[in-house]
Amino acid sequence: MKFDWRYNRDFFAGLLYILTGAVAMFIARDYPFGSALRMGPGYFPTVLGGIMVAFGVAVLIMGIRNNEKIKGHLSIRALIVLPIATVVFGILMEHVGFIPALAALVPISAAAGREFKWTEAILLTIGLIILSLAIFIWGLGLPYPLIKGLWDY
Amino acid sequence: MELFNNLIFGFSVALTLQNLMYCFIGVLLGTLIGVLPGIGPLATIAMLLPITFNVPPVAALIMLAGIYYGAQYGGSTTAILVNLPGETSAVVTCMDGYQMARQGRAGPALAIAAIGSFFAGTVCTLIIALFGPPLAEMALKFGAPEYFSLMLMGLVAAAVLAGDNMTKSLAMVVVGLLLGIVGTDVNSGMARYSFGFPELTDGIGFIVIAVGVFAIGEIISNLGDPEERKVFTNKVTGLMPTKEDLKVSFWPIVRGTSIGAFLGVLPGTGPAIASFSSYMLEKKVAKDPSRFGKGAIEGVAGPESANNADAQCKFIPTLTLGIPASAVMALMLGALTIQGIAPGPQVMTQKPDLFWGLVASMWIGNAMLVILNLPLIGLWVSLLKVPYRLLFPAIMAFSCIGIYSVNNSAFEVYLAAIFGLVGLVWMKLEMPPAPMLLGFVLGPLMEENLRRALLISRGDPTVFVTRPISLGFIIATVLILVIMVLPGIRARRAAITG
Repeated sequence: MKFDWRYNRDFFAGLLYILTGAVAMFIARDYPFGSALRMGPGYFPTVLGGIMVAFGVAVLIMGIRNNEKIKGHLSIRALIVLPIATVVFGILMEHVGFIPALAALVPISAAAGREFKWTEAILLTIGLIILSLAIFIWGLGLPYPLIKGLWDY
Repeated sequence: MELFNNLIFGFSVALTLQNLMYCFIGVLLGTLIGVLPGIGPLATIAMLLPITFNVPPVAALIMLAGIYYGAQYGGSTTAILVNLPGETSAVVTCMDGYQMARQGRAGPALAIAAIGSFFAGTVCTLIIALFGPPLAEMALKFGAPEYFSLMLMGLVAAAVLAGDNMTKSLAMVVVGLLLGIVGTDVNSGMARYSFGFPELTDGIGFIVIAVGVFAIGEIISNLGDPEERKVFTNKVTGLMPTKEDLKVSFWPIVRGTSIGAFLGVLPGTGPAIASFSSYMLEKKVAKDPSRFGKGAIEGVAGPESANNADAQCKFIPTLTLGIPASAVMALMLGALTIQGIAPGPQVMTQKPDLFWGLVASMWIGNAMLVILNLPLIGLWVSLLKVPYRLLFPAIMAFSCIGIYSVNNSAFEVYLAAIFGLVGLVWMKLEMPPAPMLLGFVLGPLMEENLRRALLISRGDPTVFVTRPISLGFIIATVLILVIMVLPGIRARRAAITG
């Protein structure tokens, strides 16, 4: 079988391992290495980074040999929307309050799916906000402002 | 007698109103997520870990454990009724359980699964109570070299036995070990891999990684490959198995429990392996193996007992040695750490209420599951109709609130989003994330023990092979690796020459 790097599962997995290990070793150069007797903070990370690179090479070779392709599909929509929803939640939670954060997170997340419906998303948001208020704020007593300035719990 | 005193003490802890309530919530949630495909115990426990902050440690552990074994029950219910394994461990149950349901014997199949699981749960509660204390006592004598070797063995075994690809699993352990280094070095006070973020000097939160990868990453991955679900329900009539059913199932349940208990103690072997082994064994000892796959009740009784036994015995290494035998167990240890309890053999002596209360609660939880599951089957099945598009925004909401609540830090929420993406890449490239979690939990402990061991031995690395117990662990580690590598080499040779 001829080697084909495109969509080659283990080839990319190997590259990722090598990269991880190399970066770990590179950064660890700034940490004192020490000796086996008195290990510095750089000892363990450097050794692990080296092992990581070795594993990476092995996996990369495996990929060149077996040519296994990446399986399944990827939802680009979910890939973009869900991290955005998470980040928006973080920002709103810090600056505006519990209810607005959820009111943004739930519908944005729902939009990551292919079968998005407005009415359903709104109902789900309202339901989840009430449920979360009941569990986290009233039940567990987490001390968050519900809407900053307006409704501080 | 000490055993009885301990168990009675355990029950006195587990039977308080508060702990009973948390046990009930745990098994209820567990059954729920066991029934729902697309969300497993790993993501649920990760998601709920932050909540356990506000709960006393015993209650927290009881609830999380309930989720774990409750999921095994729920998974088998859907396997039998709609041929859909809610959890991977229930795949085997589909084979004969669903056939029984098609023949109108869904009731007995469900009942025997519940009875088998309950039997396994009872036996394993006793096993933990019997073997836990001596194991912990032995482990208390371990020094740094023994601990390092033991953790090495645990990690290697877990990685090697769990995944299909040994190299990638082991590499993921190393990824976890590296992630565990992030933060301030205890010995020198130096911040490592903090990339200039003050938030990272305390290390990456365990929950951030677990929720990021196993909840957010998993959802992104699921949305790319939507699961096909054919939901149709048969009416369940007549729950009770006949006398004949019970007679035929007795030995399979006993054998399944033994297999599960044995495999359960080993790291890395999930409940799926236990139930599969039990199925194969039953098929082998059966007088008429051709009945299997066509609705043989032994094919339900054995594997269902085995997966429950396995799930429960996984607590033995976790609680007595502080070595997690699976990713879920790593989460349990994470829950302990969050509560400020260092996992290890000292847990049993310093926090006897935690250990014995948890053990007793498992038995109570199993009883609750039997009572809860059989009459409510109709409800569980109707839950199957909840579409994923309503489920995943809810998971997102609980995950995000959970992460934020740990340190009231938006930074950790952003970090979880990044780990969601990283986790997605790992899943797509089939780099198994579970061993990473084990490495992450054990990483700091391993480094500390490695340093201490070499300090004691004055830098002589042979310390790991000159102390007998440590040598034993090292030999076992090498053996596991050799056994796993050998068939691979043989197969390759055969492929070349043949």
